[in-house]
Amino acid sequence: MSTETPNAGGTEGEEPSRAELAARVGELEDRLADFEADTADDNPKMSIIATKGTLDMAYPPLILASTAAAFGYEVTVFHTFWGLDILHEEKSKSLQLSSVGNPSMPVPNVIGALPGMDRMTTRMMEKQIADNDTATIEELIDTSLDMGVEFQACQMTIDLMDYDEDDFFDGVTTGVGAATAIQDMAEADIQLLV
Amino acid sequence: MTEYETTETLDVKGQNCPMPVVKTKQSIDGLTSGEVLEVLATDSGSMSDIAGWADSTPGVELVDQVEGDGLYTHYVRKTE
Repeated sequence: MSTETPNAGGTEGEEPSRAELAARVGELEDRLADFEADTADDNPKMSIIATKGTLDMAYPPLILASTAAAFGYEVTVFHTFWGLDILHEEKSKSLQLSSVGNPSMPVPNVIGALPGMDRMTTRMMEKQIADNDTATIEELIDTSLDMGVEFQACQMTIDLMDYDEDDFFDGVTTGVGAATAIQDMAEADIQLLV
Repeated sequence: MTEYETTETLDVKGQNCPMPVVKTKQSIDGLTSGEVLEVLATDSGSMSDIAGWADSTPGVELVDQVEGDGLYTHYVRKTE
């Protein structure tokens, strides 16, 4: 039944004619060209919200930010809550790895909860990072800043944690809040919460 | 063997993701249009990463990739 419909052609007048379709395609092509002209000059944008401050969770936003910058993206990373520690010049040097609540850890939670375990697992990971020549957090931040990534430190969390604006790496933007993050996300082609 | 002349060589041997791609981009920025950058890497992921980066990034073109003896060599041309 349904396969006969296109061939039947018995409903002339209701279906658009070939000329009408061609006109519509032309109109859509014009609109597409206008749209492309409007967007062609703009670099693509990426917005990352970084909320975690453990050694393992500091890496994904920094790796993605620097790589996206290499692709030509304009990148902003909005750091809030524990994510602020990644941008904190002192605290970023001593980010810890939690040995509890992480099923990928080689120790059971009950052992991981013992005093000193976080320090031990952190040391292990730091050694692996060094042995594997993986970039350090500071290297990734420096490289990202060089490539034009904008790091933003959430003002509300700075006040909440009682940090000072001078505590952060040079080049970090302070004095920004959720509205700035929303604006960046609204304009971005890629939005990530880490 | 190669039909292109290398203008500059970037050595990222020993370095891992994301550095081969990031440093390739930084080196390419210093070249002028038409010049070819040779990238020496030991990161096996760089084969896919540099190809993907070159494919999606305006102004660069992957000319060649050579693999052998644990070394991954990439040739990237700046096109604009």
